[in-house]
Amino acid sequence: MANVVGTPLKRKEDPRLLTGNGRFSDDIQLPGMLHAAILRSPHAHAHIKKINAEAALKLPQVVAVYTGKDLEGKIGPIPSSWLVPDCNLKEAPQYPLAIDRVRYVGDGVALVIAEDRYAVRDALDLIDVEYEALPAAVRQKEAMQEGAPLVHDDIEHNIALHWKAGEIADEVLESAEVVVRESFYVQRVFPSPIETRAAIGEYNPGSGELTLWCTSQNPHIHRMVLSGVLGISEAKLRVIAPDMGGGFGGKIGVYPDEALIGYAARDLGRPVKWIEQRSEHFTASNAGRDEVIDVELYGQRDGALTAIRVKNTANLGAYLSTMGPGVATIDFGLMITGAYDIPHASCETFGVYTNTTPTDAYRGAGKPEATYQIERIIDLYAREIGMDPVELRRKNFAPKEAFPYTNAQGLIYDSGDYEKPLQKALEIVNYEQLRQEQEEMRKQGKLIGVGISTYVELCGFGPSKVAGAIGFQGGVWENSTVRVHPSGKVTVYSGTSPHGQGHATTFGQIVADKLGIPMDDIELVFSDTRAISMSWGTYGSRSTPVGGAAVAIAADRVVEKAKKIAAHELEAAADDIIFESGIFQVKGVPGQQRTFQEIAKAANMAWNLPEGMEPSLEAQSFFDPENFVYPFGTHIVVVEVDKETGEIQMKRYVCVDDVGRVINPLTAEGQVHGGIAQGVGQALWEGAVYSSEGQLLSGTLMDYTLPKARFFPPIESSFTETPSPVNPLGAKGVGETGTTASIPAVMNAVMDALKPYGVKDIDMPLTPEKVWRVIQEGEGN
Amino acid sequence: MAIENRKVTVTVNGQERSAEVEPRKLLVHYLRDDLGLTGTHIGCDTSQCGACTIMVNGAAVKSCTMLAVQADKSELTTVEGLGTIDHLHPMQQSFWEEHGLQCGYCTPGVMMAMIGLLQENPNPSEEEIREGMEGVICRCTGYQFIVSAVQKAAKIMAEAAAKDGEAVAASQLVGEGTHRG
Repeated sequence: MANVVGTPLKRKEDPRLLTGNGRFSDDIQLPGMLHAAILRSPHAHAHIKKINAEAALKLPQVVAVYTGKDLEGKIGPIPSSWLVPDCNLKEAPQYPLAIDRVRYVGDGVALVIAEDRYAVRDALDLIDVEYEALPAAVRQKEAMQEGAPLVHDDIEHNIALHWKAGEIADEVLESAEVVVRESFYVQRVFPSPIETRAAIGEYNPGSGELTLWCTSQNPHIHRMVLSGVLGISEAKLRVIAPDMGGGFGGKIGVYPDEALIGYAARDLGRPVKWIEQRSEHFTASNAGRDEVIDVELYGQRDGALTAIRVKNTANLGAYLSTMGPGVATIDFGLMITGAYDIPHASCETFGVYTNTTPTDAYRGAGKPEATYQIERIIDLYAREIGMDPVELRRKNFAPKEAFPYTNAQGLIYDSGDYEKPLQKALEIVNYEQLRQEQEEMRKQGKLIGVGISTYVELCGFGPSKVAGAIGFQGGVWENSTVRVHPSGKVTVYSGTSPHGQGHATTFGQIVADKLGIPMDDIELVFSDTRAISMSWGTYGSRSTPVGGAAVAIAADRVVEKAKKIAAHELEAAADDIIFESGIFQVKGVPGQQRTFQEIAKAANMAWNLPEGMEPSLEAQSFFDPENFVYPFGTHIVVVEVDKETGEIQMKRYVCVDDVGRVINPLTAEGQVHGGIAQGVGQALWEGAVYSSEGQLLSGTLMDYTLPKARFFPPIESSFTETPSPVNPLGAKGVGETGTTASIPAVMNAVMDALKPYGVKDIDMPLTPEKVWRVIQEGEGN
Repeated sequence: MAIENRKVTVTVNGQERSAEVEPRKLLVHYLRDDLGLTGTHIGCDTSQCGACTIMVNGAAVKSCTMLAVQADKSELTTVEGLGTIDHLHPMQQSFWEEHGLQCGYCTPGVMMAMIGLLQENPNPSEEEIREGMEGVICRCTGYQFIVSAVQKAAKIMAEAAAKDGEAVAASQLVGEGTHRG
């Protein structure tokens, strides 16, 4: 049988999803199920003076109303899971409902339970809350200033954390011939999966077991955290992530809402369902980014870069989210040198509390921001010294011979050959000709821009001992069980929790090759804490390099045992057994063989096993990688800016990504496309807008632009393959590369187009109005 | 609440179904909660995302923009009526082959919207497909493979129509398999 790893197989998950047979949270109906809704604060900052729920409780279908005071002492605060060390981290407790003070628009004030999804919303309107509005701290740099309103009274200057990594000697900075400085704002955006968040709780008073179906990218983290919050044994709390309509980081977090639903189901003894509304999602679900990044890049006139100094002021919102503290510190600050061999680096990060929705990991989490600042500033440096941006990048790339390469902040990049995808991408766009055409178009008065991003990304979390050292409140290994049934059909259990990535297919491909059986003989099980051993879930592009590797190792163990059984049956030594395409054969004796299915039956019947061997054919693996993985690549964007309207049209989008060994080129390319769409979305269209009072002005899909199909040209995507040495698959992560690479590529292209006007930066998103204004000012001069 | 429930009867995926509902109930909730047709999804509350798109009397409609009572006596097709696992509709088959879906949440609505597009324009250009997707949002795919899927579906449906000697793209709407209720 031909190997399937590396081939573009159609996905196993699709027939179900294409025929309406998916099972998403809101599809679950349980007998006697109640519906929940959460009343949320309309104020960014206010005292709660009084809550009157009498009118709501009089509605015939309303079952219960809970306030923060009702729940005091009954549900614990929701802790952050990333307690970054050595940064004076101050974690303010976040109770599932605000008790006497609301701290952001969207902060939960009351939980309402009713018989029907319409009735519960009627009830929300009848709850009367008396607030005393307080001044709000909204933007991070202002929130740090003396006299700014305090989000938490005991946290001075609203500073949640102050983190530093790396030092640069004065002589290094003083000896630089060139310094380029810029301040970039990587604006707040919303992950916006098309399925919003949801939770359903069901409690069995007889057994004391609570089952929680919820939109989680990491059900075991939810179980671990919520068992503490709700005071229930992990052995009696079952968390299941049903089919999920996307996540993008927004469903990593353990939210107050899930704790509330679990609590209410237990308290009322009836199943309770909560489905987040889209407009609610904008204020109640964690946002991404919101970092002000001040960069200084030092070097020589000939283009040799010597140092980079960065300050990141990050808006963490009103509370520390599950991963929030790690994003602008570890994820960002250790990657500020990007793909370049810059010998000296330092990063200082302030994490700031504000009266806004908390921020958390969003596709790329810190790496898009790190890539943004280095890829933007290197272009400005090239402009400063009059060098082509490609040449400057090449001159400073960490060289192929240096891998595993240690960057200035101490991270060890597993493998890399940055020239390879760059060269390929340049050939695809025909770079030199493109630059000539650009010159000619400029003469005709047309604004054409070419933008490049040669990124590297840290992902595939990761070694658990490193996780511990950087304050992550969990391990980051993965587990898998490969269970062979008597018929030879196989069930594979994985601790990753897919929600669109297609793990059933890619992991199935890994197992099909290992066991020499058809894809149709393999079923995958994910996302249920009762079925799957402790594990850590899907985020940080870790599923294939860590979870897929665990699957491969477990499958190898199955083969190892099966070989011994075959050897026993064929009266040969195990070392003399060759296993190929599902057949066990004695070396040099072609007729002597057993099929995988025959061995599966023999193992499960256990009538005639080697002396001392345990029955059954099943293996489990726990894989903790020795290092992260570092995918890289080159994205090149060509844009045209309309002088009259400020509109930007993407003419070409070319990307060459190196994500190590590709398991399924079709799904890998799908990940790249989707990642690019979100990154380009950040650059051009998406952006949270808060008023100075902390009101979210972009709080519906009428006010917040999610990218549409007509916004994009065809993406010209391809791969190079530089295997990773840190897992048996040689694979790296692919889910976040597109987002990480595309934001600066698009921005660099537009800045290149606007070069005749001398403009160096415009805050994202590049709305036509902003671009038009810059052109008008430039024309005026 | 003081208003009495109304009986709403529809023909959905070839079967007559009815339920008593509040007059304010949205068509999408009627389909999902009362008829158990959960293949049609809800992604927003302002009619932007199009995840709930179905066919009402042959036209693609966002089922969150209609009340159930307005659909009384209508012919509806939801994703459950498109094709079966064994006999997928060309649009479903093409989405599968071209990797036109990732999480699959927007997919039923997008497929319905695209079937609506092909009814009006059986041979759309890439640009026309992209513009035809104005009413739907996919957050996973970046749309490119959806475009490929629609192009492929258009080709299959045009070939089938040519074979039958008439433009029957529309008649393929309800799959040949069993009609699920």
